Amino acid sequence: MKERILAYLENDARLTPEQLAVMLGITEEEVRAMIAECEKDGTILSYQAVINWDKTGKESVSALIELKTIPQKDRGFDSIAERIANYPEVKSVYLMSGGFDLAITVECRTMRDVAAFVAEKLATIEGVTSTATHFVMQKYKDNGVVFEPDTTDKRGNIW
Amino acid sequence: MFDYNKALSDTIVGIKPSGIRKFFDILSEMKDVVSLTVGQPDFVTPWHIREAGIRSLEEGRTYYTSNNGIIEMREEIARYQERRFGLRYDPKNEIIVTVGGSEAIDIAIRTIVNRGDEVIVPEPCFVCYSPLVSIAGGVPIPICLKKENAFKLTAAELKEAITPKTKALILPFPNNPTGACMRKEDLAAIAEVIKDTNIVVIADEIYSELTYDQPHCSFASIEGMWERTIVVNGFSKAYAMTGWRLGYTLAPQYFTVQMAKIHQFGIMCAPTTSQYAAVEALRNGDGDIEYMKGEYNARRRYVVKRLREIGIDCFMPEGAFYVFPDISRFGMTSEEFCERLLREKGVAIVPGTAFGACGEGFARISYAYSIRQIDKALTLMGEFVQNLK
Repeated sequence: MKERILAYLENDARLTPEQLAVMLGITEEEVRAMIAECEKDGTILSYQAVINWDKTGKESVSALIELKTIPQKDRGFDSIAERIANYPEVKSVYLMSGGFDLAITVECRTMRDVAAFVAEKLATIEGVTSTATHFVMQKYKDNGVVFEPDTTDKRGNIW
Repeated sequence: MFDYNKALSDTIVGIKPSGIRKFFDILSEMKDVVSLTVGQPDFVTPWHIREAGIRSLEEGRTYYTSNNGIIEMREEIARYQERRFGLRYDPKNEIIVTVGGSEAIDIAIRTIVNRGDEVIVPEPCFVCYSPLVSIAGGVPIPICLKKENAFKLTAAELKEAITPKTKALILPFPNNPTGACMRKEDLAAIAEVIKDTNIVVIADEIYSELTYDQPHCSFASIEGMWERTIVVNGFSKAYAMTGWRLGYTLAPQYFTVQMAKIHQFGIMCAPTTSQYAAVEALRNGDGDIEYMKGEYNARRRYVVKRLREIGIDCFMPEGAFYVFPDISRFGMTSEEFCERLLREKGVAIVPGTAFGACGEGFARISYAYSIRQIDKALTLMGEFVQNLK
């Protein structure tokens, strides 16, 4: 049941405990308790909106950056990953299998800002041996959400 | 001067068009309507099933299949029916793959009806049975199902409708539009009434995968009923495959051989691409069914709760994806209610009378829509009924 609540919330965080209770056939108190528990133990980390900034006037550039690093004794990749995660420009940090170690996504106002961030901040971190920056040209889907969805109901009106 | 009156079949001309055409004419002209009218899933066919159809095209499978459908598919249907509902049919001689459940219903009716035979049709129900009985030369005999019986067919109602001319009974459960289901004990009571007669049962079980309180019970699984039952089923509702046009009949060889003639001469075979897609659905689609059913169930609870909150009496449906609220207390006919709701609030639901005269006082709401859309429509509907008080 907890997983079903989480699945609904992941898809639409604005569903109320009252709505979820009806949809799942349990009491509102049970829903509230499960959500509270998940918030407390860190299963639910945050409730956010997925925003298409292109619809606003705001300038924004995203990039995927591959990093090769030298893992540290005892702490492996943790301390370097945590350090990178501290920058507000950094939206995600993943440790990867394969040809490089960390994959990070960053969001800045301009390409120049991204370049500066990589050159001045990322590349200078001790243990970072190389970076490869890929700029995002167009977002089609993010966080499971399609950016320009075709919402017309294509079903024939067969009743 | 060419005379169309002489050109046309009296039987076909005599078929009445739907009485609520006016309502749908208004609907089709309006823009930005929040609609809860559509009688088909809002899910797209799961990708692995679509891909199997595409692959069959890539492999050049563009020919007719055998009349009754590719044998792999009939074998898979037999396995599926046994696995899900405990039914046993011989893929070679007792299964015909049809163009949707609709063709299956048509060939079943035409195979058994002689001129003047009566066919009992419990209403409210899907719109096709009575016209198809009439086209076959039979006489549809409606039974008006009642809300107080949760829209189930009772033994007493059936007994009353049976005459020496009764040839067949249509059993459309889980039901469109009411969402009613017949449980094993309900079906056993019906079996008891007909067991000493020669009445054939056409069990339209197209919604058999969409039951929420307990698994579907097929009429053919009731003791002694297999021999007289033609089961109609298909892929549209269970796998969200309405556009693929694929259904089937399950029936003893005596029926199947005869039905196959109509199918063979009138249709040839069901669409080839669809058949290959359906094989994949039957082999690997049980998880898709569970997922979609879970979603419908959440919406079912939600729509009923919201209706009751806004003061509309509604029986909790056990199957399909419709609710059938009682709107009689607002002092309007179903059609007036739905027309005003549409004009004043831009919300479309289907008048109960679309599904037979005894649907008067009710309306059908489809919950094959997102929770957001259901929410929006019911909020507007709440405002509408608030103003009526």
